Amino acid sequence: MIGYILKRLGLALLVALAVSIIAFFLLRLSGDIAVAIAGEGAQDEDLRLIRQTYGLDRPLVIQYLDWLWQTIRGDFGTSIYFKTEVSKLVLEKLPTTIILGFSALGFALLISIPLGVLAAVYPNTWIDRLALGIAVVGQAMPNFFFALILVMIFSISLRWLPVSGSGTWLHFVMPTIALGYYVAPAFMRLIRAGMIEVLSADYIRTARAKGLPAGKVIFKHALRNAVVPVVALTAVQLGFLLGGSVVIETIFALDGLGYLAYQSITYKDFPVMQIIVLLLSVLYVLLTLASDIANAWLDPRIRVA
Amino acid sequence: MKFMHKAALLGLASTALVSVAFTGTALAGKADNTIRFAYDQAPESVDPYFNNVRIGVIIGQHVWDTLVYRDPNTNEYKGQLATAWKQVDDRTIEFDLRQGVKFHNGEEFDADDVVYTLNFISKPENKVVTQNNVSWIEKAEKLDKYKVRLTTKEVFPAAIEYLAGPIVMHPNEYYEKVGPKGQNDRPVGSGPYKVTNYVPGKSITLEKNDQYFKDSPKPQPKIAKIEIRFIPDRQTQMAEVISNGIDFIMHVPKDQADQLEAVPSLQVVSGETMRIVFMQMNLLDGSPAPALKDERVRKAIIHAIDRESMVKNIVGSGSRVINTICFPSQFGCTDEGAMRYPYDPAKAKQLLAEAGYANGLNLDILAYRERNQTEALIGYLQAVGIKTNLRFLQYAAMREQVASNKAMLTHQTWGSFSVNDVSASTPNYFAFRSEDITRDSQVRDLLMKGNTSVDPQVRKDSYKGALKLIADKAYAVPLYSLPVYYVATSDLSFKAYPDELPRFWEMTWK
Repeated sequence: MIGYILKRLGLALLVALAVSIIAFFLLRLSGDIAVAIAGEGAQDEDLRLIRQTYGLDRPLVIQYLDWLWQTIRGDFGTSIYFKTEVSKLVLEKLPTTIILGFSALGFALLISIPLGVLAAVYPNTWIDRLALGIAVVGQAMPNFFFALILVMIFSISLRWLPVSGSGTWLHFVMPTIALGYYVAPAFMRLIRAGMIEVLSADYIRTARAKGLPAGKVIFKHALRNAVVPVVALTAVQLGFLLGGSVVIETIFALDGLGYLAYQSITYKDFPVMQIIVLLLSVLYVLLTLASDIANAWLDPRIRVA
Repeated sequence: MKFMHKAALLGLASTALVSVAFTGTALAGKADNTIRFAYDQAPESVDPYFNNVRIGVIIGQHVWDTLVYRDPNTNEYKGQLATAWKQVDDRTIEFDLRQGVKFHNGEEFDADDVVYTLNFISKPENKVVTQNNVSWIEKAEKLDKYKVRLTTKEVFPAAIEYLAGPIVMHPNEYYEKVGPKGQNDRPVGSGPYKVTNYVPGKSITLEKNDQYFKDSPKPQPKIAKIEIRFIPDRQTQMAEVISNGIDFIMHVPKDQADQLEAVPSLQVVSGETMRIVFMQMNLLDGSPAPALKDERVRKAIIHAIDRESMVKNIVGSGSRVINTICFPSQFGCTDEGAMRYPYDPAKAKQLLAEAGYANGLNLDILAYRERNQTEALIGYLQAVGIKTNLRFLQYAAMREQVASNKAMLTHQTWGSFSVNDVSASTPNYFAFRSEDITRDSQVRDLLMKGNTSVDPQVRKDSYKGALKLIADKAYAVPLYSLPVYYVATSDLSFKAYPDELPRFWEMTWK
């Protein structure tokens, strides 16, 4: 088990490193950073000054290695745009993203578990089809589009919820739904499949035979077993939710990490962008690792593979 | 039964909570004398010398003051922090300063503030982001407590215009202590509004400065509070104004403004801006489009485009057609005597045929904003037989292409930093700077003469000569000025100005 974890950890490190290299070079390919920082109408003198200030006149490989070394030592640099330490900026924005990520996850589980169970208990009926329909719509509809529909209904027509900002918990309602709905179908399908398999197992037949009420059989005996793979999926989806909030946070002007990522891309604020990409990839890798370990612990067959 | 009861209770409770919370936030702007203003971009720093974005200029002009004030209605210069000034010689101006002005932190305004600010920003090592705005300053000296002498590096006739625009005055004692970083964290100026809350990248709150000096040419502010929020998504901004969460937005595209006009609680106000639109044509040696070296081809391109109808149908009200590459109100800008090219597709075809392109021509066009306008340009060129391939890029990437001689045609725009003088516009594209892809030394010499002479008549004549040459030789396609659309709550009374600066200090409620 320890060997397996170490092997996976090494792999995780390599992935994070590869992501940082790709992010670094892609960023440089997208146009001259100095021109982007200087903005419209900058003179050659301005550009020279900027290249010198940020060390952009050095070879790319040197720039990358320099950045990597600073980062390893815990110095994340200063934001070119906001002129504050990147670590401070990221720490300020992280809580909003974490709140959004967990509430979206909670929302996804809240709708997917009942729907999955219902679909499994009444397979191939209209209930199953309805649940499938809800899942297909969630998966197929881009979340920015769904977000705008929510805004039209709840902010413009009904005037129940504020459109944008992060002042109160009300500001989180629509982002949570928009983000959570997108990941719910994956859970729902997993729960449905798991439940159908478990419900045909011998011990369920036994439980039913001894006269237990249907609710108790489904929730106490069946769901408990069917929900095991969901735990592993949760870790991966959480990574997706934290990284996938860029669009949603930008639409709702929620002042989190995703919004910061959007701003840093717009302003070519490469120190911030690189740290966010690195942070999200490390988070994603760690959560995937956690889910691998959980799976291996739950199912010894995986450890061999 | 028990479950139903619980669910009903829960539903009621949450509805009540939602409605209570909602009425708490739904106060309209007029009721609490606050304008909620959304802008799509956050400034990098609030300190006006350390950002180069429009919202930075807007905040800068509210929180700080300048020595001179240009009346936006008459373009006349008035004293603001200075009461009088005189040109002592070609490179020296002396200013008498206003007495009794206080900064927001109580610090008194005097010659030390002016001398400190001007000397600080003029040093390249202090890294003011738009060097163009400050690099003309040689030094400032204190003559007495309320008298200052300013020396420019070279003859610089536009000095007063710059001192009425981007050159704001910082409090020297405070600035010396906290520097640009501290001035960004807790900004202190002397303007009609003071910053009371600032969350970088998210929002900034300005509150009325009750101590604002009475003799300022900026009127005493009436609106108590301006809450500026940074909302990048245009759709979200629209939803906010429709649902009254936001009272004021700007830079709304024409088609969306037309839609918002139908909302009864909103008003749409449009006006001209100083941003001009034109097409560059690359006729340098090694140009990827040698055809453009032929004057007939260039003239054909100008004749091919129906600028009047573009202005009317897609650019929008407030815009006007221009015939030279500068904004009409800028000092020295004129189209008098310059060749004009009316819309005439037949003539365009004929000119192309004469140049040997009767069977058509293929060109690339670079563009970075207002894509619908680029597409209209492409349509017009197509109609006379010029097939254009659109390369839509980020501004930085487009600039790189132009500067490295890889451009053929460009759909270019230029805002002159709202400086009302030709020195801030035409020379950028025709005085051998990096984006000049025509490089006519005669044009350059005339422009430089205009830039460096103090005699207004000599300046006007030189600029006129340069603009006429550019037009006669068809070095570029002058198109039109861009309008700006503001959408605001209908009970706000305000006016749009060409410098794209909403002046909250003069706004009132109807």
